[in-house]
Amino acid sequence: MNQRRVVITGIGVVAPGGLGAKAFWERIVAGTPMTRLITAFDSTDFRSRIAAECDFDPFQYGFSEHDIGRLDRAALFALTATREAMSDSGLVVDRDDAHRVGVSLGTAVGATLRLEERYRAVSHEGRDWLVDHRLAGPDLYDYFVPSSMAAEVAWAAGAEGPNAVVSAGCTSGIDAVGHAWDLIRDGSVDMMIAGATDAPIAPITVACFDAIKATSNTNDDPGTAARPFDRTRNGFVLGEGSAVLVLEELQSARRRDAHIYAEIRGYASRGNAFHMTGLRPDGQEMAAAIRAALDTARIPATAIDYVNAHGTATRQNDRHETQALKRSLGMHAYDLPISSIKPVIGHSLGAVGAIEVAASAMAIEFDVVPPTANLHHPDAELDLDYVPREARQRKLSTVLTVGSGFGGFQSAMVLAAPEAVAA
Amino acid sequence: MSTAVVTGLGVVAPNGVGAGDYWAATLRGRSAIGRIDLFDVEDYPSRLGGVVTGFDAENHLPSRLLPQTDRMTRFALAAADWAVADADIDRSALTATDLGVSTASASGGFAFGQKELEHLCADGPSHVSVYQSFAWFYAVNSGQISIRHDMRGPIGVLVADQAGGLDAIAHARRSVRKGAPLVLTGGMDSALSPYGLAALISSGMLSTADDPRHAYLPFDRKANGHVPGEGGAILTVEDGDWARERGAHVYGEIAGYAATFDPSPGSGRPGNLRRAVRAALADAGVGPDEVGVVFADAAGDADADRAEAEVIVDLFGPRGVPVTAPKTMTGRLYSGAGPLDVATALLALRDKVIPPTVNVVADYALDLVEAPRPLTASVALVLARGRQGFNSALVVRAP
Repeated sequence: MNQRRVVITGIGVVAPGGLGAKAFWERIVAGTPMTRLITAFDSTDFRSRIAAECDFDPFQYGFSEHDIGRLDRAALFALTATREAMSDSGLVVDRDDAHRVGVSLGTAVGATLRLEERYRAVSHEGRDWLVDHRLAGPDLYDYFVPSSMAAEVAWAAGAEGPNAVVSAGCTSGIDAVGHAWDLIRDGSVDMMIAGATDAPIAPITVACFDAIKATSNTNDDPGTAARPFDRTRNGFVLGEGSAVLVLEELQSARRRDAHIYAEIRGYASRGNAFHMTGLRPDGQEMAAAIRAALDTARIPATAIDYVNAHGTATRQNDRHETQALKRSLGMHAYDLPISSIKPVIGHSLGAVGAIEVAASAMAIEFDVVPPTANLHHPDAELDLDYVPREARQRKLSTVLTVGSGFGGFQSAMVLAAPEAVAA
Repeated sequence: MSTAVVTGLGVVAPNGVGAGDYWAATLRGRSAIGRIDLFDVEDYPSRLGGVVTGFDAENHLPSRLLPQTDRMTRFALAAADWAVADADIDRSALTATDLGVSTASASGGFAFGQKELEHLCADGPSHVSVYQSFAWFYAVNSGQISIRHDMRGPIGVLVADQAGGLDAIAHARRSVRKGAPLVLTGGMDSALSPYGLAALISSGMLSTADDPRHAYLPFDRKANGHVPGEGGAILTVEDGDWARERGAHVYGEIAGYAATFDPSPGSGRPGNLRRAVRAALADAGVGPDEVGVVFADAAGDADADRAEAEVIVDLFGPRGVPVTAPKTMTGRLYSGAGPLDVATALLALRDKVIPPTVNVVADYALDLVEAPRPLTASVALVLARGRQGFNSALVVRAP
């Protein structure tokens, strides 16, 4: 069977220090960390007091007071990224084609900000187990079920095809784009608005990562807090943001002469069946996901020109990921550039995978490998080329992006340059 | 293309824990809707629910899992165990990477989340549980099931309000078609906690009736909202050839599926449920005349009931197909509802009997099944809709 091919024709990004895809790209290429002491709330009593925050003013993006009142910050991010992606791709969904356009939106923690805010109101700051439902407000259900955000995106895009939130923890972003890729490939739809969003910088999220010491506590020097692949690394830094892509079946994109950033060639997800927060040090399952993604792409490991790493800067992740790359790419793992953009934009949980797919597509577009900021002290155990601090110009035909998350989720996606698409 | 068949059922429902008990209760028309007794509901305007009883987590789960799991995850783990046992899988013939998991959860481990929010607000951040980072999130059931059964194949989690359970089963079918021999799939929810019930009430979808017989009346002129329930089903889905080769008992095939989303409210344009049903039937390669029963979404809201009834009448003719809603006995189970209806449809096809809808005097030119009725056809259609416009349709076919 001749498999349908899927290309990226539009990109929208909301990221710390980079509102808009162009600003985001410039920021990650410059490698300037956006991590800082949390301004969203008073973090005095917390172990980790750092985050990469978006200076995002919804009024500036044309949201009405009514929408700002009812929508969680994660939904506002997703809508902003959706508008940019649609406009970037020049896509206008015709009513007659609306059912051929779907939505796949990733999120790890949904409307956590609003759920915590409303909880404080209905419980009188945690005093009452039997909450006062009258104080809940009319929109609590929308925060309770995160697919309400996918509904908002569908309405904004005019999409009436299949619509779902993909919520696989920290791989949600890759998995949401992967789900969209599946639906276009199998003919269910011709286009997908695909991406992810998270706005987790709330006391409950910071506290839950404090509890397991997963986040960095370099509170006295926030700009250096996220140090992936550095031997002094001490945890990830929470971030927030969204990326949304317009995915199209190749012929449909060609018919309307759309700009093609990249083709999505392969994708796979695997469970590690090991531990809800732990990783098997040998990286077996991430390696299996990478191999499966390469298999569907029909691309040999040696063709990969760049790996956009998960690179969270936890002790175990960076070791796990390094092993997974060696296991799946063999000796080629030593020959190619690998980098993490998380020192710049933080780890925005479910959103970051989609942001990294966007970064991978833009790396192909511009033939530039964004650097791993804050990497000063190589770790003897981590002996690959992690592109410290300085971006590199390099012809990029094929890029691999990977993710790993709580619950054991391991995901991998392979993107290829549009030149290859012409074939 | 390879087929995806169901070989195991794991059910946790308000009117029956385990597929056998649930099916027997359902055929008897035994409703479990009653006053919620998990906490004091006196001050809530909606006090009825379908609460799972007779489920003792200690009996089903190792003690180390209890402090780290929400109620819905305990349900999911038990149901997964039963689905695996029912499928009678020979693990020696499979490697861990052959086995996938795809689940849906609409609202995550919500009661667990409430407890930790309370710790945060009342006691301070250092009192938040080390398990909060995963026990609350929507992905928890797929993660916990994969760990418990050493399943290292394709894994996924979908949320599409009350339609998401069917979408998860379709996700599993896609994994099978891409080469996974076996996937555990389904949906599970439980939000019958104080904050969860407040969230459900804020939707405006809940009935405020206090008489269990008059609280959830889909397709009835007196429809006045729905009653929330908890639970769902986990199914073992296998590649058809693989299942045949190993001589597995097959309940039926996941033969067709489609999902759509409605136009934005206020657009004045019709909904897209009809399109989803047509596409699911086309996907299964069956015509409306081959469908022996429709398991309706049965919202219990006048507008939504009318819309669903119109689609059914339009495709099958007035009183043209038996329609049933066993969820009138359990309340709506959110992402658990679709998978439970799929399990019910498979049991109906096996035993050639349509389970009843209770308490409803049907309107809208529907042939609503009010007492168990013989089922002769070999195809059933299951519908699920979510608030805001999610529509999913799934077709199952007897082996």
